[in-house]
Amino acid sequence: MPDSHAIAHNGEETADNAYSADIAHGEHPAYLRHHFNSTEQQADTTNFAMWLFLLTEVMFFGGLFTAYLIYRNWYYPAFVAGSHQLNVIWGTTNTLVLILSSFTMAMGVWCAETRRRRGLVLCLSLTFLLGLAFLGIKTIEYGEKIEKHHVPGFHYSLQSFDDPASDPEIYKEYHDKALMPDMARHTELYFSLYFAMTGMHALHMIIGIAILAFMIVRARAGAYTSGHVTFVENFGLYWHFVDIVWIYLFALLYLISRH
Amino acid sequence: MSGQNEHAHHIVGPMVYVAILFALLAGTAATVWASFIDLGPWNPVIALAIATTKASLVVLFFMGVKYSTKLTKLTVFAGIFTFLVLISMTLADYISRAWGSW
Repeated sequence: MPDSHAIAHNGEETADNAYSADIAHGEHPAYLRHHFNSTEQQADTTNFAMWLFLLTEVMFFGGLFTAYLIYRNWYYPAFVAGSHQLNVIWGTTNTLVLILSSFTMAMGVWCAETRRRRGLVLCLSLTFLLGLAFLGIKTIEYGEKIEKHHVPGFHYSLQSFDDPASDPEIYKEYHDKALMPDMARHTELYFSLYFAMTGMHALHMIIGIAILAFMIVRARAGAYTSGHVTFVENFGLYWHFVDIVWIYLFALLYLISRH
Repeated sequence: MSGQNEHAHHIVGPMVYVAILFALLAGTAATVWASFIDLGPWNPVIALAIATTKASLVVLFFMGVKYSTKLTKLTVFAGIFTFLVLISMTLADYISRAWGSW
């Protein structure tokens, strides 16, 4: 470990140090940091660090899920009526899009590990496009909510819940009865959680897509396919985590009660 | 791959990823289908069971935890455990506040 030598020895031995550092550099790949013993140790350490970050993410989304769980138990009829306003077709399509993007990301990691540059660029690009498709569909869904004044705030409208027949598209499918005024009021709570949870999820998608764009540029220049795959692997972990969050959001927000 | 550059960790092959992809697609179909059937209190249970199965497949294979170090496995487990503590302690509070009034 040349670094520790540099601290321990005095000036007389600098030449010797430089020599041993040279030897060390000859022996290990350039991406191995000096405070690690081996590339394996470095890879395991960064993997562990990435998981620790994901743990903080689990607790972050965990708080939102816990809030959802409690309010859903308190105001169940409002949550059912609220979820009927979501479009299952869009929700399912987005779930499929995201699962597919997780697959292309996993294949990207494989391409990096087996040093296939063109394969990696293709997989990252597909993941990038699928991510954009997800956000596009989300935009359409948010647009519907804005049109119907289902965004919590001053312009929030209870019409679909006080008088379900006034919302024929939803009514013909579910024949919801009008909610009691106090319960109808709490649909706003459902939509608050809906926007908080899907919004936070979408923010993670946007960050992921930005990092993907950066990775595509670098991968085209030959990065990640020369043995140092840590960045792609850890980004893959992030992307899959975001996918998992959506798997739960879909089940909890869209599929509360569709019968 | 040669000598020092080689990663010690297991490389998961494309066939495994394809198999998991199809399992996840099947899971999505199953959860949508199940939500349209009236199963009373079992609806959310089944929805969460399918979601958890899908999440487990993603964690184990796409995220490679099945092939990772014990440290990583322990870390993942600690995350799930802490999340369950968050949920169960909070719910215990809400259930016990109105104790006896129902």
